[in-house]
Amino acid sequence: MIRWTAGLKAGLAGLAAVALVGLAAPYLFGEAAQQLSGAAREGVSAGHWLGTDALGRDVLARTLVATRLTLLMTAAATAIAGVLGILIGTTVWVAGPRVRETGLRLIDVMVSYPAVILALVVAAILGAGPVAAVLAIGVAWSPAFARLTASLAASVAGRDFVATARLLGVPPYRVLTRHLLPNIAEPLLVLLSVAFAGTLTALSGLSFLGLGVQPPAYDWGALLDTGLEAIYTNPAEAVGPAVAITLTGVLAGFVGDGLAAGSDPRAGRGRDGWSPSAPVPGRRAPDGALLVVDGLSVELPGGVRLVDGVSFHVMPGEIVGVVGESGSGKSLTAMAVARLLPDGVRATAAGLRLGDLDLTGRAEPARLATEIGVVYQDPSASFNPALRMGGQLTEVLRRHRGVGRAEARERAVKALEAVRILQPETVVRRHPHELSGGMRQRAMIASAVLPGPRLLIADEPTTALDVTVQAEVLELLKEINTAEGTAMMFISHDIGVVGTLCDRVLVMYAGRIVEELPVADLRVGRAAHPYTRALLAATPRLDEDEERGPLTTVPGRPPAPSARPGGCAFAPRCPVALPICATDPPAPVPTGEGRSAACHAVGVPS
Amino acid sequence: MRTEDHRPVDAQSHRPENPAADTPGTPVTDTSENPATGAPEGTAVRGGGHPWAGFLLRRLGGLLAVLVTLVVVTFLIVQLIPGDPARALAGPDATPQQIEQLRHEIGLDRPLPEQFASYAGGLLGGDLGVSFQTREPVADVIAARLPFTAELALLAVVVALAVAVPLGMAVAVATRGGRRPRLDAAFTFVTGLGGAAPEYVLGTLLVLVFAIGLGVLPASGAATLSALVLPVTAIALPGACVLARVVRREAAVVLEQDYMRTARGRRLPAPALYARHALPNLLTGTLTLGGLTLSALLGGTVIVESVFAWPGMGTRVVEAILARDYPVIQGTVLVLGLLAALINMIVDVLLGLLDPRTLAGRSHA
Ligand code: SF4
Repeated sequence: MIRWTAGLKAGLAGLAAVALVGLAAPYLFGEAAQQLSGAAREGVSAGHWLGTDALGRDVLARTLVATRLTLLMTAAATAIAGVLGILIGTTVWVAGPRVRETGLRLIDVMVSYPAVILALVVAAILGAGPVAAVLAIGVAWSPAFARLTASLAASVAGRDFVATARLLGVPPYRVLTRHLLPNIAEPLLVLLSVAFAGTLTALSGLSFLGLGVQPPAYDWGALLDTGLEAIYTNPAEAVGPAVAITLTGVLAGFVGDGLAAGSDPRAGRGRDGWSPSAPVPGRRAPDGALLVVDGLSVELPGGVRLVDGVSFHVMPGEIVGVVGESGSGKSLTAMAVARLLPDGVRATAAGLRLGDLDLTGRAEPARLATEIGVVYQDPSASFNPALRMGGQLTEVLRRHRGVGRAEARERAVKALEAVRILQPETVVRRHPHELSGGMRQRAMIASAVLPGPRLLIADEPTTALDVTVQAEVLELLKEINTAEGTAMMFISHDIGVVGTLCDRVLVMYAGRIVEELPVADLRVGRAAHPYTRALLAATPRLDEDEERGPLTTVPGRPPAPSARPGGCAFAPRCPVALPICATDPPAPVPTGEGRSAACHAVGVPS
Repeated sequence: MRTEDHRPVDAQSHRPENPAADTPGTPVTDTSENPATGAPEGTAVRGGGHPWAGFLLRRLGGLLAVLVTLVVVTFLIVQLIPGDPARALAGPDATPQQIEQLRHEIGLDRPLPEQFASYAGGLLGGDLGVSFQTREPVADVIAARLPFTAELALLAVVVALAVAVPLGMAVAVATRGGRRPRLDAAFTFVTGLGGAAPEYVLGTLLVLVFAIGLGVLPASGAATLSALVLPVTAIALPGACVLARVVRREAAVVLEQDYMRTARGRRLPAPALYARHALPNLLTGTLTLGGLTLSALLGGTVIVESVFAWPGMGTRVVEAILARDYPVIQGTVLVLGLLAALINMIVDVLLGLLDPRTLAGRSHA
């Protein structure tokens, strides 16, 4: 849809004003523009605001009068370009696959050539003159329209509504007017305004070169040419037409920009950042914990809380799983710990530290880079496509550990070997797109482990992979944990996967941790919280060694972060909800050694 | 004139896949281990010929096609002159004998294929004909003029890129996530204005200010190094404005990519983050979309030469068109076309160096 932005309105209003000048100026100033006065090439004066030309004619009047011819020629050239281009584009499109292929290639080549050169060819054939110039510019701009037409035809013809309309027996002209035109009108309008600006400058350019309008007729380009000749005696003579050409071009550009503006939906946002203040502290972590997270919240600029006062810890060498549906805040929690939150969201915490490293303050980059390793969800998007694997793998070692190029490379090769990638020497010279998805994720793990981190954060590391590769990646993580004693935070939406890998599990729902339990309990289905039970019920038994089907879901959907109910966020979906659940949020309550649950019904005999 | 700066409206069709996306259908040897044994199988990387070999072959093929097209088109310039070309060429005052003599001289009385064969054959031997006007061999005319035009156009390309890339990137970084809306608005306004000013208008204004007003730079000629400043600025600036917008848009997209988060995760200092990780990726998109702007700079050069009385191909071809000096027109148009092809090819090679995935696809000349 067309959005009536200020730029679009200003552009259209301005163009209308220019058109009005074109209409009226010859009547109002026609005489002044032809009147020879004795004073040739005079500078700016009260009588002649832009001075006079070589024959003593008023430059301002001539500039205004020239508007009509300039606009008419521009409109004619744009029309020729449009009609010719659309004809060519349509012909190429309907002419069958062979011709289409070559035709499109040819159009492509034509578009990539400067229109000036095409215009010179046409001008050379027809000789100098206004008609030749209009034709030349029209022809030179037609490939742009041809290509737009062809690509629009390609995109529209394949769409469902066209086929449906045909099936329903809608007559072809109705298909065109009701269905096709609205879809192609907008890009066509954009190109028309862009082409108008382009043909204006091109036509004026030809006239400026003396190849367009011939004296005694004159347009802006011709005036600029004479203005340039007189530039030492009356500099203002060039200014009039220069401003006119630029202004009209800018106005048409405004219209084009305004019409095309629908495509940039980026809205204003605040700053990202950390503030270690205020939040309510949660419970105490045990002594010797490696990662301690206390009252961590993540919120949008408007104050909507995506993660709401989460507290947990990870012991050295422990694998803690964080499980929940998408939107539960589990990945944001992980990214907040890694200090990699996206722009615009803010994190606050009463405490957040990794060993002796305070993660709420200005932590040293080198320590962050080496002590926290991150394995991202999508390995194909998380490697830089433009850089070789070796450079990306060794970056942290070289930058933060001061390791030399050769040694870093050697260690990268070893790390790749350790994650069972064949021919690691070759792989380090490859670009990411040359590896398979499974290899990329293993390389990602190698990259995360290479600096010897104290904590490895794996954010849904298997989601983007197929089932057999998933198993390998899990095995690899387990191996690293056993061999290096690296502690891990493992984020997943799959409670089954979490059950196979982790020591302890945190279940998140709507930005909060609703239950914490040892994995042994999870495996045998001994969960306290109704949400965890629902998750388990939706998952095939973990001890049955069969392939898991697609995750069946818990009925209902979690509430949006901005619309969470006042009480327990799970209440609308909870099978055992109590009256109090709608009003009071349940606080986490210990339910045994290393267990806790946030639920009013836990402990209540059913 | 930068008529086609804006043409990339629909140039989206040129774009390779989203830089972050996987190339679909790339035959990567599957290396998944056999789940039963855990033993890895297959080779680590994809085999096949060197990617550059195919790319260069296709590219040279494309160049050849362009060359042939240019030869045909320049040949047709004379044939397509409305009415009787010989009469048109001889001028209104020519006697019938003169017209016939001219017709014979140019070979217009021979059958079309024969004419073409002699034209193309001449080109192969480096014979571009002789100027009607000055009786100079066209090859000499071009040899004298080409260096000046190539100098302007290539310098303008370099300047446009050198201005647009850092500027667009800095603005993208400064305004990411909707910060500094005023800078955003100012950037959009200034680049909109600069992008809309035609090169020859800008050139005229530059002469007004710097040559006449301040008197610090020469207004015309190509005698000194300082004479380059104004024409190169005039040609490069509008293109730089258009490109800077493209760079900014591309950079905004790149900064949101997952791999930029990975790079942030490595806690690199800002220069490494932007120069090493963002730049190559945004250049791919920029060149794909902005490549047309670069070859359009050549068009700007042709016209701007007239502003500065620059002794290049542009001023010469205009003279030739006004004088209906067809051999010179044909020769200069041919060479200008090749120059445009050269710029396009440089863009493609740069793209290939920056992002090897494009080697497989793009092939238009
Ligand atoms: S607090 Fe109430 S609604 Fe929430 S899970 Fe427990 S029983 Fe269900």
